[in-house]
Amino acid sequence: MTDIATYNFAYLDEQTKRMIRRAILKGIAIPGYQVPFASREMPMPYGWGTGGVQVTASIIGPDDVLKVIDQGADDTTNAVSIRAFFRKVANVAVTTDTASATIIQTRHRIPEHPLAAGQVLVYQVPIPEPLRFLEPRETETRKMHALEEYGLMHVKLYEDIARHGRIATTYAYPVKVEGRYVMDPSPTPKFDNPKMNHSPALQLFGAGREKRIYALPPFTEVVSLDFEDHPFEVQTFDQPCALCAAKNVYLDEVILDDHGDHMFVCSDTDYCEKRRGDGHRGHLAPETDLAPETHSAPGNMEPAQ
Amino acid sequence: MPTPLVVSNVAKSFTMHLRDGIKLPVVADVSFSIRAGECTVLGGPSGAGKSSILKMLYGNYAVDEGQIIVTHDGGLIDLATAGPRTVLAVRRQTIGYVSQFLRTVPRVSALDVVAEPLVERGEERESARSKARDLLARLNLPEKLWALPPATFSGGEQQRVNIARGFITGHPILLLDEPTASLDAKNRDVVIELIAAKKASDVALLGIFHDQDVREAVADRVIDVTAFAPGKIAA
Amino acid sequence: MTDEPLLRVSALSKSYGSRVGCDNVTFDLWPGEVLAVVGESGSGKTTLLNCLSTRLLPSSGTASYRMRDGHFRELYRMSEAERRFLMRTDWGFVHQNPADGLRMTVSAGANVGERLMAVGDRHYGKIRATAVDWLSRVEIEEDRIDDEPRAFSGGMRQRLQIARNLVTGPRLVFMDEPTGGLDVSVQARLLDLLRGLVTDLGLAAIVVTHDLAVARLLSQRMMVMKDGRVVESGLTDRVLDDPRAPYTQLLVSSILQV
Repeated sequence: MTDIATYNFAYLDEQTKRMIRRAILKGIAIPGYQVPFASREMPMPYGWGTGGVQVTASIIGPDDVLKVIDQGADDTTNAVSIRAFFRKVANVAVTTDTASATIIQTRHRIPEHPLAAGQVLVYQVPIPEPLRFLEPRETETRKMHALEEYGLMHVKLYEDIARHGRIATTYAYPVKVEGRYVMDPSPTPKFDNPKMNHSPALQLFGAGREKRIYALPPFTEVVSLDFEDHPFEVQTFDQPCALCAAKNVYLDEVILDDHGDHMFVCSDTDYCEKRRGDGHRGHLAPETDLAPETHSAPGNMEPAQ
Repeated sequence: MPTPLVVSNVAKSFTMHLRDGIKLPVVADVSFSIRAGECTVLGGPSGAGKSSILKMLYGNYAVDEGQIIVTHDGGLIDLATAGPRTVLAVRRQTIGYVSQFLRTVPRVSALDVVAEPLVERGEERESARSKARDLLARLNLPEKLWALPPATFSGGEQQRVNIARGFITGHPILLLDEPTASLDAKNRDVVIELIAAKKASDVALLGIFHDQDVREAVADRVIDVTAFAPGKIAA
Repeated sequence: MTDEPLLRVSALSKSYGSRVGCDNVTFDLWPGEVLAVVGESGSGKTTLLNCLSTRLLPSSGTASYRMRDGHFRELYRMSEAERRFLMRTDWGFVHQNPADGLRMTVSAGANVGERLMAVGDRHYGKIRATAVDWLSRVEIEEDRIDDEPRAFSGGMRQRLQIARNLVTGPRLVFMDEPTGGLDVSVQARLLDLLRGLVTDLGLAAIVVTHDLAVARLLSQRMMVMKDGRVVESGLTDRVLDDPRAPYTQLLVSSILQV
């Protein structure tokens, strides 16, 4: 173990972790309710996942296996640095394999591989208040939640249809939790909303700057808001992933050159690599794939130091 | 003969608080009744309090003393002490009023101004308008004016709208405050006919008419208001 | 017609420390009746309106409202959830400044539809059709339905605010200087519109105004307030044509004649 991990496991002091765990427990007890907590200064700027990191730091133990994704990818700066952070301060094993992770901290995606009971998904949340853009007063939004006055959420969807002919909200699409609280699912694409419903995994949401934690216990009902004559729909894609030929997954557009050539590939890099490892090939996939050792099952597991 | 309105010992004065609270007595000990099917006329010189009496009977002026008993909705009501809601109900159902001047409402057509009292009494708007058309035609108001708000009409035109509005309903009591003041001879005769028709349908009318001819044509009885001059109380 | 009032107000007082907002106000309001509350700035008429609409809690006194089920409920003993529900279904509140009563950054259609969505309407087409109908009733062209009220004139905004309030078919509407700050010609149009809507819908309304002409045009009854107290009340035309209290006489004699 490194010195720093033994001094204060997972960076935060024990009192802070207790405080955050209390907020998490309260959030689990009242699904979808935003619990205020005393967010700490973290060694990274707001917007880089300070809320998610505090939640992860408070629940992680030495035996956990951590995966961190940013927009579905394990290899972007934010994901890499948060993964490195926890290796250093908690000395835990990290992985890119969705199935073998016990805690997955995510920015803006839910993995394609179905989550299982016992896993925890920790979301980084920039603005936890779904009513915020319509009602700027915090006193008023809290009252609206307390009194279940959610007409305003439909005003937003109404505006979408009036302007675009359909509900144009594609991410941070508001949901109603267990028929009670309206919740912002964080800026995940609405494609992922159905995955939240009755998920066997525990889902925790942390907003560091806004100092709010909320939660979805396993098997919680999560319903996307809509109109009878404009029902909720997820995004569909015309073509499968250009690399692994996956259908019914969320794709990112990747620009290939200065001429505007582009391709659509899985946003979930781990999922895409696994499929290619299993021999699936999209129309733009290279003949020989990455070196086999980087994606050998059960995934790219880096043991604890 | 039924007496739908009985006035007993009514007194009225104005207290002018802006002029050191001086008290201006208007009338005192006013007592009379009016009968269905008759036109009773209040007589007397200007300033004797004729208009004030009419306004008290309509609930427009407060009453200091006395009683104004009106047969309304199968019972008797004292208008001198009735609350606003009762007064409004009496105005809607029992007592109609043709004032000297029309109080115009922006943007409401002459036709609707006339039809309104009927609509308030629950009549369908279209049938009320049809009756309003008949009356305005009878009063020789040019048809091109009917759809216009009366605010810009001449005095005579406004007065005819006002008369039509007052006569359109079947109120059992009708108060008339100089309805013919600014009318020409032809329209005066129409009003005399309208009053005769009201009498024939057992309406009790009480009016003020400065015009000698009209008064003689319509009056069944004249009440001399100078008898109610406040000075006489002490005498 | 029922023979019970819609609202019963008894000995309502509101003080701000030692300063009196309104003092011992008592009256009943019946269905379909328009009551004007007149007085100068600081007379307590707005405090009274805010107490009645439960935007403020009074220091003492009671107000009970006859709910749609026919039972009277004491307003100040209702839970906040119940009061707010009442506010967006059975009541309306028309602010002097339309920006206080509208959502300026959402479309006119959504402004009108919000109350419907708040009570559970979830059919976009029906909500929009209702919004179109109400815009036409307040004389706003249908093609403005997707414009934000920021792009509307003052008179249009005020008419939009009225439509937004009336869409759920309230039985009682509070209005705070509804024609304040509008041009005279715009005022006339609005007053006429209000007058028509109040008659057609059988609304009861409490209208606070300092403009006696507005009171005469809209109301059947009025209360004159001074220093927080009601100094005179009665039929509107009686109070205006035969004012009895010294203060009412001063008010009436101060009207400019045109």
